[in-house]
Amino acid sequence: MTYVQIKHHLSDALLMAYSAGNLPEAFSLTVAAHISMCDECRARLGAFDAMGGAIIERCGTAEMNAGSLEATMQRIRATGPVKTAAPARKCNLPQPLQDYIGGDLDAVKWRSAGMGVKQAILPTSREATARLLFIPAGAAVPDHGHRGTELTLVLQGAFVDEVDHFGPGDIEIANEDLNHTPVADIGADCICLAATDAPLRFRGLIPRLAQPFLRI
Amino acid sequence: MTSTKDRKQKENEDWVACIARIRESQDEAAFARLFGHFAPRVKAFLMRSGADATLAEECAQEVMAVLWQKAHLFDPSRASAATWIFTIARNRKIDALRKQKRPEPEDLPWGNEPEPDQADVLALQQESNQLGEAIAALPDKQRVLIEKAYFSDLSHSEIADQTGLPLGTIKSRIRLALDRLRHAMK
Repeated sequence: MTYVQIKHHLSDALLMAYSAGNLPEAFSLTVAAHISMCDECRARLGAFDAMGGAIIERCGTAEMNAGSLEATMQRIRATGPVKTAAPARKCNLPQPLQDYIGGDLDAVKWRSAGMGVKQAILPTSREATARLLFIPAGAAVPDHGHRGTELTLVLQGAFVDEVDHFGPGDIEIANEDLNHTPVADIGADCICLAATDAPLRFRGLIPRLAQPFLRI
Repeated sequence: MTSTKDRKQKENEDWVACIARIRESQDEAAFARLFGHFAPRVKAFLMRSGADATLAEECAQEVMAVLWQKAHLFDPSRASAATWIFTIARNRKIDALRKQKRPEPEDLPWGNEPEPDQADVLALQQESNQLGEAIAALPDKQRVLIEKAYFSDLSHSEIADQTGLPLGTIKSRIRLALDRLRHAMK
C-alpha cells in the first residue's frame, strides 16, 4: 500500500532519530506508518540504518563473558525455529497502525471532540501522544499552535492549511512557529494520525477551556 | 589504503556468506565467526548507550540469537550484515533500556525472485563500506555528534539543535546509498 504522489516527506532529522531509536513511541508510530506508505522515505531510512551499521563497526568492542557463545547456542536451541509472520492482509491502514488499533478503521473507538470532529487516542508511552483524527469533509480543526512538535499524517482524504494541501501519505511537521487551521478537503472526510509531544495551544477561549477534557 | 578497502569489502561479503550458511544449513561454525566479530561490538554499543555490563551481555546474546533465528529474513541487497545487526541491537535497546515498543514499518510485499540480484548485493555492500569511510573521515567533532545520536546520548539542547548534525557533509554518500536501495527495492 504505497502512494507515489506523496509530496510531503519525513525530515532527515526525524529519520535519523527513528533509525537511532531516539523518538518517543507516538512519533515512532507515525514515522513507521508514513514509511509503510512511502518507498522514498523507506529507502532514506535504509541509508540512516546503514549509518548505524557503520557506527556498530567502529564503536569498539567489549569482551563477552566466558562461555557466552555456548550460552547463546543454548538460547537458540531452547527457542526453536521462529515462524515468519503471515503477510499482512489487504487493509485500508498501514500495518503498524493496525497493531495499535487492534484492527481496521472499523475497530476504532471514536470519541467526539466537538463540531463533528472525532478522535481516538492510541496507547503509547506518555512522553508523547498519538491520536487518530476524523475531520468531516469541509470541517476545520480549531486554529492551534504547538508548544513542541506535531506530526500529522494523512491516512484518507486530505486537508488544507496555511502551509499547503496534504493528501494520503503526506506528513506535516509543525513546530512552535506554526499556528494553523487544518480544514478537511471538501471531497471526502479526512482521517489523520497526529503525534504531539506537548499539549496543543488553542487560540480561541472555548477550545482552550475544553482542552483538558478532550485531551487535544 | 586500497588494501584496507579491499579487505573491508571482502569481510562484508564474508559475513553475508556466513548468514547464508546459517540459513541454509544451520552452520554453527559460520555462526561462531559472526559471534566472534559482532557480539563484542553489540555489547560495546549497548554499554555506550547506557546498559551496565550484565544487561549488555544478556542483550548481546539475545541479539545474536535473533540473527540465527531470522537469518532467512536477511536481504543482502538491502543491508550489510553490520547494518542488519545494528537494527536488531537497536530494537533490543529500545525494549530493554527505554521499556518501549518500537513500531516497525509494514514489510514490503514478497517479490517473485527469492534470491536477490548478485550485482545489487555487491553494490550495496560496497556502498555501506564507503558510507563507513565517509563517517570515519569526518572531523572529530562532527563524527562524535553522529555517534552520540546513535548511542542515544544527545542532550536536550543538542537534540533541539539537530540542524547542527553534519548530515550535509555525508549527504552525497547517503544519496548514493539511497539510489542503491531504491534500485534494490524495485
